[in-house]
Amino acid sequence: MKSIVQNVLEKYNSDATRLMDILIDVQEDQGYLPPPVLAEIAETLDISEVDVLQTVSFYHFFSTEPRGKYSVYLNDSVVAEMMGRAKIAEAFEREAGCKFGEVTEDELIGLFDTPCIGMNDQEPAAIINGVIFTELTAFRVKEIVNGMRAGLSVEELRAQSLGDGMNASESLHSTVDNNIHKTGAVIFSDYDPGEALAAISKESLSPEQVIERVKASGVRGRGGAGFPTALKWEFCRKAKGEKHYVFCNADEGEPGTFKDRVILTERPNLVLDGMTVAGYAIGATEGILYLRYEYRYLRDYLEKILADMRAAGQLGKNAGDIKGFDFDIRLQFGAGAYVCGEESALIESAEGKRGEPRDRPPFPVEKGFLGMPTIVNNVETLCQAAKVVVKGADWYRTLGTSQSTGTKVLSVSGDCKFPGVYEIEWGFSVNDILNMVGAETGEVQAVQVGGPSGSCIASNEFSRILSYEDLATGGSLIIIGERHDLLKVVVYNFIDFFAKESCGSCSTCRALTMMYRKTLEKILAGHGKRSDVQAMLDWVPIALASRCGLGHTAPNPIVSTIKNFRHLYEGRIVNADETFESSFDLETSVAEANRTVGRKL
Amino acid sequence: MAKIVTFSIDGQKCMAEEGQYLVDAAETNGVYIPTLCNMTGVPPQGSCRVCSVKINGKLTTACTTKVSEGMEVINESEEIQDLRKAIIELLFAEGNHFCPSCEQSGNCELQALAYRFQVLVPRFPYLFPERDIEASNPKLFKDHNRSILCKRCIRAITDERGRRLFAFGKRGDRIGISIDTKLAANISDELADRAAEVCPVGAIIRKGRGFAVPIGQRRYDGQPIGADVEQAK
Repeated sequence: MKSIVQNVLEKYNSDATRLMDILIDVQEDQGYLPPPVLAEIAETLDISEVDVLQTVSFYHFFSTEPRGKYSVYLNDSVVAEMMGRAKIAEAFEREAGCKFGEVTEDELIGLFDTPCIGMNDQEPAAIINGVIFTELTAFRVKEIVNGMRAGLSVEELRAQSLGDGMNASESLHSTVDNNIHKTGAVIFSDYDPGEALAAISKESLSPEQVIERVKASGVRGRGGAGFPTALKWEFCRKAKGEKHYVFCNADEGEPGTFKDRVILTERPNLVLDGMTVAGYAIGATEGILYLRYEYRYLRDYLEKILADMRAAGQLGKNAGDIKGFDFDIRLQFGAGAYVCGEESALIESAEGKRGEPRDRPPFPVEKGFLGMPTIVNNVETLCQAAKVVVKGADWYRTLGTSQSTGTKVLSVSGDCKFPGVYEIEWGFSVNDILNMVGAETGEVQAVQVGGPSGSCIASNEFSRILSYEDLATGGSLIIIGERHDLLKVVVYNFIDFFAKESCGSCSTCRALTMMYRKTLEKILAGHGKRSDVQAMLDWVPIALASRCGLGHTAPNPIVSTIKNFRHLYEGRIVNADETFESSFDLETSVAEANRTVGRKL
Repeated sequence: MAKIVTFSIDGQKCMAEEGQYLVDAAETNGVYIPTLCNMTGVPPQGSCRVCSVKINGKLTTACTTKVSEGMEVINESEEIQDLRKAIIELLFAEGNHFCPSCEQSGNCELQALAYRFQVLVPRFPYLFPERDIEASNPKLFKDHNRSILCKRCIRAITDERGRRLFAFGKRGDRIGISIDTKLAANISDELADRAAEVCPVGAIIRKGRGFAVPIGQRRYDGQPIGADVEQAK
């Protein structure tokens, strides 16, 4: 009989570019990736073991050691901390009898930290064996661990009613909630599956006409960078290559963002039709929906929708009844790495490699997936474009502002009454949003706009307008109340996140994030000097020498809080003498030497 | 014959074959652009960022950029030179680099660049990371303390079947270079020599020999790094 590993390798034709799928399938079967298995994979793919291991060790959901029959990944992002994560972690450790980062002696339970899992509106939350557990309490933790000891399945452990909307559907069956508090005209309005393709075939639109329509609408990328969507499509269409590819970026790793999860749950057909429309526009035959591993629970649900689309002729040969247009979509999962949200890192990952961003030029529109012209669009962007094709550019331009057309889906979390998803037209101010979500403006210390890579603003900027021309954002707003220690709870968490999530390839990003973290630690410990605060501002140009956006924006948590909350830094400087370095402690520094020679103090 | 393009570096008119990488094109015009991760004959990676230049006002790496007609390059502005110096300081502060006890002293490109850029005390806090020395391989020492993670060994060293002997492990603040114990156990003398040779610092050292060239007669003892390029002008 063939081993499971051989079966998996065969399933993917022993194609090294499918290494992610191979590793995910094997790990889900075995619980982890034992070294002999990696050796077998390496042998079959004719690459070295260390080459397989460099992909494995890049992603934090892969493990070469057992992670327990039940592997608990508890979110340790800022909002989780704000919502009482520490108590939940403590309860898990107490009940399970092991620390985070460890597995119980009987290998039953493993406890692990994981950055934001896209459930900020229902924290504290965890992923246990791929299943999402939300709104955890210490009491629930006790029940869950008892259930593990009794050998219950993860579904049985949940003991929670199913979530709202499609979360309760048979193929999803999840306890996750959508929490859609405001629907808008583009995303959360009515949409019939296949409508965008029908519009193309009914109006006999050529690919160029589709691009023209999207161009006239003014749709720009919703991931944060705001690049004009039609321009990207046009560049890609014109680029030469045997094949063209459409990627939908559902990696959504920016802490505080979860709107793509809700869009994929409630409007999957709009997303997938958006990919198909894009495929038609650029001349692609294949689309790949790249999802972060945290959203693995959506797999069966999305696979079923893809199967229905094929059955309805919306995918496959002459897709959507458009003659000569053959197009299909497959899912590709990551395995835990924030940087894979960067488009070229995402492509590298989809090719079975470490998610290290590429040098540009060439841009993905010229040389992307497998060296072919490729577009990578955000989930929400593709939805916006699909709606434009259906309802026209003129209709679309009536929404939003003159330079920021359409709607934006926000992920709102933190200290407010109604955390969740809001679809607004561009042009709302931060104050409008605070009022809408039930945040008491007098009690709001700061709003983190656009996640850690965005900026942390104070009340003097709450009148700023969400739009590409003023406060551009990928849509995440974390509301931070007065009760939190901004530097310790928020800023430190963010800079630590970047130091861990840097791919490590650029010296500037890898080392500088560590320097920022160490300097902030020094200030938090009361050893900081005024010159340390200034130095962190002076380092910004170095970060800008990095290859990708992660490196460029990594100092933002610190830089934007020095700018907007400088008093918090200065309040921690107890040492007025600039020439005295109080962080150096002679006794600690020579402790090891003393021990080695047996010197007693 | 390849098309010749004209471009400028710091206002100086230069010519090169179209499609040449900027670092190489600069060299043929007698202009030195410092590099660490770049290697002749191996596709560039742009990971050390030391060759950062401004092209038409935009910061980019010279090792990964191909020259094109009319390109305006800024190579030696105060801003760029300070950026490069900062990167060298970062690499020193990030690892454990004790030059006086290192076998590569005098041949080390990081050390040579530090001299060229007159690095005295880094502006960054030393991290003093705990890193290992791997000595299990029959022919090579791998001293992780000295690694600057430039990926030269990863990119240049493969066996006859194209399999990599070195690779990155992990990411971010835990990243390191791993060696394939199986493949490296049977490494040929030639490949082991090449591995030690491609390392710009003293992170990969050939076992069984040391200080073959005495201190004082080493590559950068007589003249600073880059001087050969500038003198050829």
